Amino acid sequence: MKHITLLAVAALSASGVIPAQSAFAQSATLDKIEASGTITIGYRESSIPFSYLDDTQQPIGFSIDLCARVFERIEAELGIDELKIEKIPVNSSNRIPIIQNGTVDLECGSTVNNAQRQEQVSFSVATFMTEPTWLVRSDSGFGGSADLAGQTVVVTQGSNAVGFAQSLNAEQGLNLNIIQARDHAESFLTLGTGRAVAFLEDDILLAGLRATSPEPEAFSLVPSGFASTPYALMFAKDDAEFKALVDDVLSGLMASGEFVEIYNKWFTQPIPPNGENLAFPIGDALQEKIDNPSDAID
Amino acid sequence: MFDVLFRQAPDGQLYIDWIWSGLGWTLLLAFFGWWIAFVLGVVVGVARTMSNPVIASLGRAYVEIFRNVPLLVQMFLWYFVMPELLPTQIGNAIKQIPPPWGSFWPALICLSLYTSARVAEQVRAGIEALPSGQREAAAALGLSTGRTYRLVLIPQALRLIVPSLTSEVMGIYKNTSVALTIGLLELTAQARAISEATFQTFVAFAAATIIYLLLALCAYQLMIFIDERVRIPGTEVKRAKQSLHRLLFRKSGAST
Repeated sequence: MKHITLLAVAALSASGVIPAQSAFAQSATLDKIEASGTITIGYRESSIPFSYLDDTQQPIGFSIDLCARVFERIEAELGIDELKIEKIPVNSSNRIPIIQNGTVDLECGSTVNNAQRQEQVSFSVATFMTEPTWLVRSDSGFGGSADLAGQTVVVTQGSNAVGFAQSLNAEQGLNLNIIQARDHAESFLTLGTGRAVAFLEDDILLAGLRATSPEPEAFSLVPSGFASTPYALMFAKDDAEFKALVDDVLSGLMASGEFVEIYNKWFTQPIPPNGENLAFPIGDALQEKIDNPSDAID
Repeated sequence: MFDVLFRQAPDGQLYIDWIWSGLGWTLLLAFFGWWIAFVLGVVVGVARTMSNPVIASLGRAYVEIFRNVPLLVQMFLWYFVMPELLPTQIGNAIKQIPPPWGSFWPALICLSLYTSARVAEQVRAGIEALPSGQREAAAALGLSTGRTYRLVLIPQALRLIVPSLTSEVMGIYKNTSVALTIGLLELTAQARAISEATFQTFVAFAAATIIYLLLALCAYQLMIFIDERVRIPGTEVKRAKQSLHRLLFRKSGAST
């Protein structure tokens, strides 16, 4: 039916009766996917369990699985048999520019949805709720942000944790020395070798790094006092049709219970490559988002 | 276009202050890195040309190690691995050096050793380019090896290699950006930070690019100046000045 419509449109526009129009007048992303038969996604290399490399250096994870459901819908919608998937590694610093310039159509990682970023890109409904937390050595005795006064802490360059650490420093006068490492793996190494006493990042990313480390019990999570923020899939701004498609897929998964299955596969069961179990059940904030899918940020 | 740099950043300063801070670290690292690299490079380059096989092999090993291992890997080794290999007390003391100095010293050591290996090769080439008669005449005059090098060979060799050292000088300024991987917030790291905070990636990196270009041009001009001052007369390459018109329209064979 769609193809006949397209043919008719093409024939009529060629005769000058109606102006030529693309099938998805409002969605540059879907047009591009249809024209090339390829979708390009961005993945993270060490954002366990959302998007990370397994031992064959292929990206796997919770966000990758959600994106796979989106691909199935796109294949159905565009009538493509086998959508080719290009995968590009991204990191905290380049994930937004790479969406803006169109290199990546959909970022399947661990990106926080906030007002500032919404000026540059669009987000799907929330796929996860997270809280910035400190990762410290269990034997260090730190119980909260105030205990870290005068200490050296580490954050990842480009993460919103940099802003949190700096604002915490300014507001509470903690006089922190803040090391900014290149990515989460380097930040964890900075903590592990004793160069810093605490690593500020979203709780789930810390849980993942801890679980895959040689001695998980050596590290503990300590609340920082910051509020929960939503993770979501990220794509180009002003593409309402693509957003509607992605949101529809995610809402459908949440309503049918498949979302909870995918969640449990990655958060409460052993995950590759070493079979660690994050033991991170669905929290209240996320349950609320599953019951009422929303991309609100508050 | 660059007005975003004059807005206030989350930590209270202006974004342009982040750029100046980054530039300061770049210049500090490159300036001291260059001098250490130059001194070490001359020493190792001389060692490579000596007739004593032990010294020559040590020089060769030094150059091969520091030139062939990628700079990024060397940075990581100095920052993460070196404190673990030292005795625990010293290692812990090193690890407790607060940022940014905790990142600066490993970056300085790494960059200096890497560049010194390259300078050593240039110095070796310069010494080997001298006619063998120089060494023989010095021996005939009764100069010891040390004095031969100090009074005859090195002064000439260094003046010969000034043009090729120019690329090493420009290179060390650019290689300082690798230090961002160990947490030193030099110019490239600050450009990334501004890009992440303001999402104006083009502006942030354009500013950094322009500054790197200006640094390179300054370094280049300085080296040309030094070259003109210390050049050995008779070793310049004579170039016939040809106008474009002549080049295009005169038949071949025309020259000044």
